[in-house]
Amino acid sequence: MSHSLTPRLAVNVVLLLILGLVPVYAALTDNTFVMTLFTRVIILAIAALSLNLIMGFGGMVSFGHAAYLGIGGYAVGILSKEGIDSGFVQWPVAIGASALFALVVGTLSLRTRGVYFIMITLAFAQMVYYIAIGLDRYGGDDGLTIYHQSQFGGLVNLNNKTVFYYLCLVLLLAGIYAVWRIVNSRFGLVIRGARSNEGRMRAIGFPTFRYKLTCFVIAGAMCGLAGALLANHTNYISPAIMEWTRSGDLIVMAVLGGMRAAFGPLIGAMTFLLLEDWLSRVTDYPNLIIGPVLLIVAIYINGGIDGLLGRRRHG
Amino acid sequence: MLYFIEQLLNGIQLGMLLFLLAAGLTLIFGIMDLVNLAHGSLYMIGAYFAATFAAWTDSFVLGAILALIATLIVGMALEVIAIRRLYGRDHLDHVLATFGLLLFFNELVRLIWGPAGLTLSLPSEMLNAVQILPGLYYPVYRLVIIGVTLTVGALLYALIMRTRLGMLIRAGASNREMVGALGINIKLLYTLVFGLGAALAGFAGLMQAPILTVQIGMGENILIAAFVVVTIGGIGSIRGAFVAAMLVGLVDTIGRAFVPDLLHTYLSESASSSLGRALSSMSIYVLMALVLIVRPEGLFPAASR
Repeated sequence: MSHSLTPRLAVNVVLLLILGLVPVYAALTDNTFVMTLFTRVIILAIAALSLNLIMGFGGMVSFGHAAYLGIGGYAVGILSKEGIDSGFVQWPVAIGASALFALVVGTLSLRTRGVYFIMITLAFAQMVYYIAIGLDRYGGDDGLTIYHQSQFGGLVNLNNKTVFYYLCLVLLLAGIYAVWRIVNSRFGLVIRGARSNEGRMRAIGFPTFRYKLTCFVIAGAMCGLAGALLANHTNYISPAIMEWTRSGDLIVMAVLGGMRAAFGPLIGAMTFLLLEDWLSRVTDYPNLIIGPVLLIVAIYINGGIDGLLGRRRHG
Repeated sequence: MLYFIEQLLNGIQLGMLLFLLAAGLTLIFGIMDLVNLAHGSLYMIGAYFAATFAAWTDSFVLGAILALIATLIVGMALEVIAIRRLYGRDHLDHVLATFGLLLFFNELVRLIWGPAGLTLSLPSEMLNAVQILPGLYYPVYRLVIIGVTLTVGALLYALIMRTRLGMLIRAGASNREMVGALGINIKLLYTLVFGLGAALAGFAGLMQAPILTVQIGMGENILIAAFVVVTIGGIGSIRGAFVAAMLVGLVDTIGRAFVPDLLHTYLSESASSSLGRALSSMSIYVLMALVLIVRPEGLFPAASR
């Protein structure tokens, strides 16, 4: 890595500055809406980041990633409803349950390839979606209101919107760093190698299935955490969060931002959600514009928005 | 027993509709190697066209024919304007692009027809039920659906197995480059195949329109069910699509009809009805997961891949 100021570096620095200063701006202008919007951006960026780990670097196109958001969210919602408000219980359960689900789905799905993999991950997500609808005790179709934020024994107070915002931001940055470390480790090399030529990786002695499964579980756990955050953000969880179009949204965010870039998922989530928010305020028909934008990005822009910032050296 | 036969017929009817959708999807998959999430939009558009044209012409049949032609034109135009540029690209690009198209079509329909749904009413002679077995009355229109879709399925089979166009389609599915190298206008062939798939989807939509409300997003759940069919059947295989469509249609309908009652023998009324609903909605996905775990390329994997 050279340290000269490339457009990519400049964009990333500006992005971080903006994200760091959102609460300041919100406090000065008394604008709570911008806080809500950006908290959402950051949480969904974590989800898109976890998807990108398996999809962008591992070539595993999961079309059911919203299921982990739901599992993480329902872990918080169900425990809260049963009177367990401690975040020290809720969050590990959210992460653990998502990881476990990813382990099952991964074990069964990673035997398939290509479109079959896309479809089987979708199938498992649909199953979780319908289970959530069947949970009568927890609201069924209507979902579940969460009356108390996760409690961390006075350590951090999530009721404070600014504290919660910065907690999400710190988790996002930690996630970006973790993904970057994973991708550039020996483990990450095997995963990337398996994406380009799995047969060759196996031939030189790597049990690629185990590597890919591990990667899949890490991504599921990370997305489960995002789900726990989202439940705390909206104080509400319902099956709608797991509709297959939500999984589509996450794919859109990851691809839009640029799948080979560390900051790609963040850029994608931010672009998608801000564009959606802005368009829904200026027009009654936002998707009339978003739809063709996605089409044009898919057809003409290789490597997403990150690809517009110049060629990468490797990857 | 009569109830079981009735549900069996419902299952076959759902299966036939799924087959119409899945046949187009699997052709587009198999020949152009394209994942088309916008396929459900063409189903929706077919239903909207049918409701509109039937209202204009005051005739269900005339409306249906016009809607079929209109959907074919929309499909071919879509292929020329957008889809054509996606061939040979990564599947992810397909997902992104056609997801964009799906959002676009939903919004366009809302712009043109408004957010409220439409209804398409049937000619009076199709409203009645006939007695097909002693004590079993079945709606005429549902029988019409089964009959018409079977005919369309047979025509499709004849088109693909017995005509020159069908031969080219099959050849295109096994080896695209070779067909192109032999001097076939592959671009035109692709446009035709996509148009055919669109027309089949639109046809499924307009046949289903009188039974359901014509509304925005109606294509999305059935699209996923059609994907399940295509995946179970094996991508690119029409025969696989037919078998899988029947399987999915029957499993889904029978599951919905009997699972809640079956659970009721063990559980309370309310628990069994909500759990039963969830389990029966899941049944086709469980079926697909089981099939893929045993046969990772579906029941009838296309031999050439």
